[in-house]
Amino acid sequence: MGKYGYAISLGIQSTLVYRVNFVVRALFGLVPLLALILLWRAIHEGQANPDIGGYSQSEVITYYLIVNVVVALTAVTEDDWQIAADIRDGRISQFLLKPIDYLRYRLCLFAAGRIVYTAAAVIPTAVFLWSQRENLVAPASGLHFGVFAASVVLTGLLQFFVSFTMALLAFWVLEVATFIFILFAFEYVAGGHLFPLDMLPSWLQAVLHLTPFPYMLYFPVSVYLGRVQGALLWQGLLVQGCWVAATYLLARAVWSRGLRRYSAVGG
Amino acid sequence: MQPVPGASLAPLGGLARYLAIYGAFWRYSLVREMGFKLNFILWILVELLWFGLQLSFMAVIYSHTDHIASWSRWQVVFLVGANHFIQQLFTALFLSNCLKLSENIRSGGLDFLLLMPVNARFLVSLRHVDFGAFFNAASAVVVMVYAGMQLHLAPSVAQYAGFALLLLVGLSVHYSVMYALACTGFWTVRAEGILWGYYNLFQLARLPADAFQGLFRAVFTFVVPVLLVSNVPVKLIIDKLGSPLEMLWLVLISAVMFTLSEWFWRASIRHYASASS
Repeated sequence: MGKYGYAISLGIQSTLVYRVNFVVRALFGLVPLLALILLWRAIHEGQANPDIGGYSQSEVITYYLIVNVVVALTAVTEDDWQIAADIRDGRISQFLLKPIDYLRYRLCLFAAGRIVYTAAAVIPTAVFLWSQRENLVAPASGLHFGVFAASVVLTGLLQFFVSFTMALLAFWVLEVATFIFILFAFEYVAGGHLFPLDMLPSWLQAVLHLTPFPYMLYFPVSVYLGRVQGALLWQGLLVQGCWVAATYLLARAVWSRGLRRYSAVGG
Repeated sequence: MQPVPGASLAPLGGLARYLAIYGAFWRYSLVREMGFKLNFILWILVELLWFGLQLSFMAVIYSHTDHIASWSRWQVVFLVGANHFIQQLFTALFLSNCLKLSENIRSGGLDFLLLMPVNARFLVSLRHVDFGAFFNAASAVVVMVYAGMQLHLAPSVAQYAGFALLLLVGLSVHYSVMYALACTGFWTVRAEGILWGYYNLFQLARLPADAFQGLFRAVFTFVVPVLLVSNVPVKLIIDKLGSPLEMLWLVLISAVMFTLSEWFWRASIRHYASASS
């Protein structure tokens, strides 16, 4: 087990302390999801047309279910706060002295956190998916599922690099929470968390696809549902990969600029 | 049985004294907030952004359909506005106090509050005021007025008064539930998870209750009545009430919730054995 292997196991152990918190969060998180599903069901029941915004009832429900699965697998929860606190309180000094790379170390902790969260949430989520099985559509094809899986990994990396970069603002400002919340709000709507992006007017979709937001959630979900076909699958995956590379380089650049400003408060 | 600290020390009456103390809380909170002006403005922006998102969600839905259950576009916008108003008022007056309670239990800081010659629940519930949220409550009023104009509403004076009163009753439901949940901090180490969990349920309250049926509707009407909090006042003012019993039920349940939370608070504080000693 290499040093980053230890980082992962350390991360797993320290998040296991909060397992009850995780289960509570997973359970409470299901209520708004259930509300959204019932809301869309009510909307569809009141309409003669089975398609609303290009989605049948089953498709729109599946959309939200898969969104929640992808969020559970990839969302950054505590990591950005911890990174910002490490910088503010001068705790990153120890990483500068050791032969360990802070970004890679945090990536290991993030992966560990997702593993524990997934393990804690898997049973409630599976029960929930089972309860919605009438409306749960299978992936469009084996190929789509494969691309979906690859895309989820890229989504996780993109989420992490963006959050890492945002947390590095702590080198310059005292309170990063507001900036993180503003970005999160944009991501919430532009990433397709609130509603499928292809329900928006097409000019707005075109604008959004120039930003990384759709690749932070919407893209894998739309692949799962088979709304991306043929060459566009590979093209989307490539664009997502480019965003991952770009945000990685940005994170590195901001980190090295930040270090130049860093004054190691308290230690 | 030991007397309940704080509660037994509180003098009866003395409304003027309590108002004076509450005035001091406001002044103190204002001074504190003005120490972080940029942050203060940014938080108002964050909340405005979220309010905009809620409205955009409804705009997207209504660009593809013209009703949810029996609710039209502007009726739902009115509902979203009313719910935002209640939520922001809650944030302004109670949210940070409820969150601080469990922190104070952990650190032992609660002892200090219990020793004050004032009702302890009054102190714990109202000490901090979040002024930014009043600005956001005002933005909710603007949205309600606009939606009301689109609906050509012309409510009677009684409807206005009832609406205002029911909004406060709804607010008190949220407060009682949240306060009781904060009291679980006396029994478990981390109550924040549960508090944020309930805060998440606020978003249910902005949806028309009529869209839901069966078990889900029953649970969130009778057990955790979030589906009533904003729906009932809005139904009163837009003439959508099925029967006046709905209002009666909201008032009744808010009284029950308050009684339960008071009972649980007293039981919890009797259980409390300070952190530091």
